[in-house]
Amino acid sequence: MKCSEFLQELTDYLDGVIDANTKAELEEHLSWCHNCYVVCDTTKKTIEIYRDSHLYELPEDLRGRLRSAIVSKCQARKKAGPEGA
Amino acid sequence: MGAIQPRVGEPVSDELALVQAARAGDVGAFEELVRRYDRNIFRIAQHITQNREDAEDVVQDAFFKAYSNLNQFQGQSKFYTWLVRIAVNEALMKLRRRRPERTVSLDEDVKTEDDTVPREVADWSPNPEQQYTQAELREILDRTIHGLPASFRTVFVLRDVEGLSTEETAEALDLSIPAVKSRLLRARLQLRSRLSKYFQRHEKANERQKPGSGDHQS
Repeated sequence: MKCSEFLQELTDYLDGVIDANTKAELEEHLSWCHNCYVVCDTTKKTIEIYRDSHLYELPEDLRGRLRSAIVSKCQARKKAGPEGA
Repeated sequence: MGAIQPRVGEPVSDELALVQAARAGDVGAFEELVRRYDRNIFRIAQHITQNREDAEDVVQDAFFKAYSNLNQFQGQSKFYTWLVRIAVNEALMKLRRRRPERTVSLDEDVKTEDDTVPREVADWSPNPEQQYTQAELREILDRTIHGLPASFRTVFVLRDVEGLSTEETAEALDLSIPAVKSRLLRARLQLRSRLSKYFQRHEKANERQKPGSGDHQS
């Protein structure tokens, strides 16, 4: 298996949706190819860091204001009937 | 090296009942759906628009549009996937309005140099995120994802941050499954490549990690 072929399968490999034979081939490649090992390992870390980052958390006060605004609009919509809004 | 662990989703068993109640006019039931998903929708909106005010507008507009069109919701997909689809469209409209000079499309499929394995790949420090404070780390992650094309970061946030399946992402974005996979691979590789600048291992005497703890040198 070439590095470019490894790369094509990387997403399915990291997502764990790959058949046993391809997985074995990929892991054989990883056992000797340092570059692909590092790319695979650091791509996995990239995903984990973003997933655990709490980037763009919605602050509670803003959350409350947005919810009130949404509920008010929905109530007005309900009052106006199906053709209103 | 094992696969990444997917984020466990919220239980959705009572969701259809909430949707039906909301459709029958129970705004309280709809409010419960807002509570359940507002954080996710805000995060997705901010990832796409890269703008806090726009993200706030998207949250309001997407939920209101969903409420107004509940009778269009077929129940064949999850409510959340349907809601995400509405929110992504609202967010892309905001982005187009803000950047009229650039075409913003989910069909954008950009070829980049990151598609090939570089010859020399620098390994990262064992716990790279711990080299920075929380605020610094957020700044790095924000700046890095900001540089991706909208089509890539949208797929990345739905799949890897929000934990939607490939099929759900394809449905929410109206893309084919191969298109989702292709964009996801490129998004992941580009982010990895750009983060390496901050996280790569430096073989210095004052390195915080113990000397000799790593056997592979770059």
